[in-house]
Amino acid sequence: MTFSYYPGCTLKTKAKELDAYARRSAEALGITLAELPDWQCCGGVYNNTKDEIATKLSSVRALISAKEQGNKLVTLCSACHNVIKRTKNEIETNDDMAFRVSNYMQCDARKDSDTEVVHFFELLRDTVGFDELKKKVVNPLTGRKIAAYYGCLLLRPGKVLQFDNPENPKIMEDFIRALGATPVIYPMRNECCGGYIAIESSEAARKNSAAIYESAEGFGADCMITACPLCRYNLIKAESTVPVVYFTELLAEALGVK
Amino acid sequence: MQKIGVFVCHCGTNIAGTVDVKAVAEALGKEPGVVFSTEYQYMCSEAGQNLIKDAIKNYGLTGIVVCSCSPRMHEATFRKTAAAAGLNSYMVEIANIREQCSWIHKDVKVATEKAIVLGRTAIAKVALNTPLTASETPVVKRALVIGGGIAGIQTALDIADAGYEVDLVEKEPTIGGKMAQIDKTFPTLDCAACILTPKMVDCAQNEKIHIYAYSEVESVKGFVGNFNVTIKKKARFVDETKCTGCGICTEKCPMKKTPNLFNLGLDNRSAIYIPFAQAIPKIATIDADYCNMLKNGKCGVCSKVCAAGAIDYKQQDQYIEQQYGAIVVATGFNPIKLDNYSEFAYNESPDVVTSLELERLMNAAGPNGGTLLRPSDKTHPHTIVFVQCVGSRDTTDCGKPYCSKICCMYTAKHAMLIRDKYPDTEVYVFYMDVRTPGKNFDEFYRRAVEDYGVHYIKGMVGKVMPQPDGKLLVRGSDLLTDEQLKIEADMVVLAAAIEPDKTARPLATMLTASMDTNDFFTEAHPKLRPVESPTAGIFLSGVCQGPKDIPETVAQASAAAAKVIGLLAKPALKSNPCTAHSDENLCNGCSSCERVCPYGAISYVDKEFRMPDRTTKVRRVASVNPAVCQGCGACTVACPSGAMDLSGFSNKQIMAEVDAICR
Repeated sequence: MTFSYYPGCTLKTKAKELDAYARRSAEALGITLAELPDWQCCGGVYNNTKDEIATKLSSVRALISAKEQGNKLVTLCSACHNVIKRTKNEIETNDDMAFRVSNYMQCDARKDSDTEVVHFFELLRDTVGFDELKKKVVNPLTGRKIAAYYGCLLLRPGKVLQFDNPENPKIMEDFIRALGATPVIYPMRNECCGGYIAIESSEAARKNSAAIYESAEGFGADCMITACPLCRYNLIKAESTVPVVYFTELLAEALGVK
Repeated sequence: MQKIGVFVCHCGTNIAGTVDVKAVAEALGKEPGVVFSTEYQYMCSEAGQNLIKDAIKNYGLTGIVVCSCSPRMHEATFRKTAAAAGLNSYMVEIANIREQCSWIHKDVKVATEKAIVLGRTAIAKVALNTPLTASETPVVKRALVIGGGIAGIQTALDIADAGYEVDLVEKEPTIGGKMAQIDKTFPTLDCAACILTPKMVDCAQNEKIHIYAYSEVESVKGFVGNFNVTIKKKARFVDETKCTGCGICTEKCPMKKTPNLFNLGLDNRSAIYIPFAQAIPKIATIDADYCNMLKNGKCGVCSKVCAAGAIDYKQQDQYIEQQYGAIVVATGFNPIKLDNYSEFAYNESPDVVTSLELERLMNAAGPNGGTLLRPSDKTHPHTIVFVQCVGSRDTTDCGKPYCSKICCMYTAKHAMLIRDKYPDTEVYVFYMDVRTPGKNFDEFYRRAVEDYGVHYIKGMVGKVMPQPDGKLLVRGSDLLTDEQLKIEADMVVLAAAIEPDKTARPLATMLTASMDTNDFFTEAHPKLRPVESPTAGIFLSGVCQGPKDIPETVAQASAAAAKVIGLLAKPALKSNPCTAHSDENLCNGCSSCERVCPYGAISYVDKEFRMPDRTTKVRRVASVNPAVCQGCGACTVACPSGAMDLSGFSNKQIMAEVDAICR
């Protein structure tokens, strides 16, 4: 199966391993990730300013490009996923936005950017299937106690992202189980790491991130996984006592392609 | 030709503020058939009614149109007025120019025009009205009360006290309802069981009351005064006539790991059980989901130890048919499920409980014999956080938009009782608003704060986080000091919103009683007829109509009983003459009407017809039982040959109304 793939800037710079392990794993699972030609930055942060459109247009370009290829669009970075999916939702629900996007892009926004946006986790759950994934695991991570760290961007706003129950998600735990490891359930797994507040107040971000890894450690985690480069950055910056790795690294390890 | 009088009401400024009533009276006075037209400030007042009576006499009116409020408000009033002046009540038509006109429009010109159209429509209809006479039907002197909580119990006792037979149907094995599960009652703190169980015993001992416990209403047919109800008596697998309630079977039953639903699953009981010591009727019931004998045919211990020989594994559901003059709905409530509130960790931690669960945890007959212990490790909790409005006043689609009304008071009660019994326990209450109207209610709440030192914090809890050491970290905001709080608690108690019992919705369909969007039964008038359903003969008691505490429930229960007694005391009821009838010459026997009739009022008969060639032919034709027909009109719409018609709302009349609007 072929999917259009949107890596995003961070995956080409700071988070190369998130990207590399995902590609290798996808291959092992029989999935072709076709990187979009000439993709641009998703916009970085979803802009809530009503009249701001320029930053959203780059997400629109990704949506249109995938549509032209006739594919669903797979994302990996939580932030890119959040921005692209919310941009698509705004075109769907806001007439003014659809009108302006159509004008800027010289297209019929609702039709031409009507691309299904799928996060890599959703790909594993809905296309591969966790039961099937389990069968393809060659190095089961038996005995490893792994804490899923969701952060906010994959889960919220819940009605738009439709990723999982934002208060009590389970997709990452199911993923961990499929790899043969034991998920560690801890209450801070869907709390914010601090995000971009790190730029303005590194102390605020450190406090948030510390509370997260302390909670995971308290419940006996020996490793934390995330899909978000910024979450990982903040946790490591806060001197996490629990190693934080990208989920694709574990996946590649379990599939024997690390 | 009818001589029609038109009476336009100002309703103070309610109508006259937006509708030029003089212009309406003048315009309608020119309509064909109208011989008199006037307006008056309050047509429903005595002076207004006299004006109508005088006009009927002086002008020899044969039909009148009152342009006023909704017919639901005053149609009955004006029908009486007409009758008093010697005019048939069914020669009165109401043009609703208040709810459907003045209240919803702002522009006087537009509203006046519309009022004239509505009046013209009513005139067109009344011109075709014919006098109708209501027949009388006898009233069955027996009432059915559905639901055996405190509401149903009080209603049943009051009706029985007036000398009428009452059947009390309860779906659980015992009557008592939620009140039986409550520990203490506010604001007097008397023990719930001590005041409830004598009433339960009264019910059992009253020879006018027949309790159908572990039973459900299966179907309802008929109408006010003559309901025909089928009650399903579910199989208990215990012969009620033999069981003495000794309880030996419950002790000997080996299936001890059955969740005890009376204690909300906080502990276990045996598969054969008596819900609690004071149960009425005190008869054992076998839980078929857990009984090994019923599931696998292996065991039979209860049968062996029962000295009375009451166990009957082959018992079947029984169906009982009974006639009733009136039906009271008292189906009560349940706390909502908390699945949509994962942030409070209710499903994750056993130490996060609902308020009703706390009642059981504090009750002497509860899982811990009345000592408050943490469910997880049975230790004494030193810090307890209460969260109010969990699912109440919630405008997201997770919970309920309404205030559950009872939570502020019971939370104050819980907080006070805990501080009284365990002074070393700190108690925090997070609230949106404290709402304590009611006799001695606010004083009660203030005592909790001032005398018992309960920490009330205005704000909501954002998250409850179970910690590795078993504590619960509660994160919330204090809106008055604008601070983020973190409280390390041993237990968290959630004041879950209440919602109508799930059985209420299907029951409402059976009774054709209306409900609101939250599944509370609708009253006939929110202020003036609060205990009656708009469906005649159906009465409402307790929380099934809206959130209520015990004193209010009991008051409403007695009010419903008074209404039932008033109905049953009548020798006969005037039936609605606006019923359907079929023109047998047009009926083609297709059964369409029979299929759509919600009351089962239509049957088919074979009838002999004399044909033009003087032969006779037998044809199958529809026949309406006017005593059962409620005049809903569904059949007249369904009938493809136009044979079915409704008295008072004939096809011709409806078309005349449409013509008048389109003119």
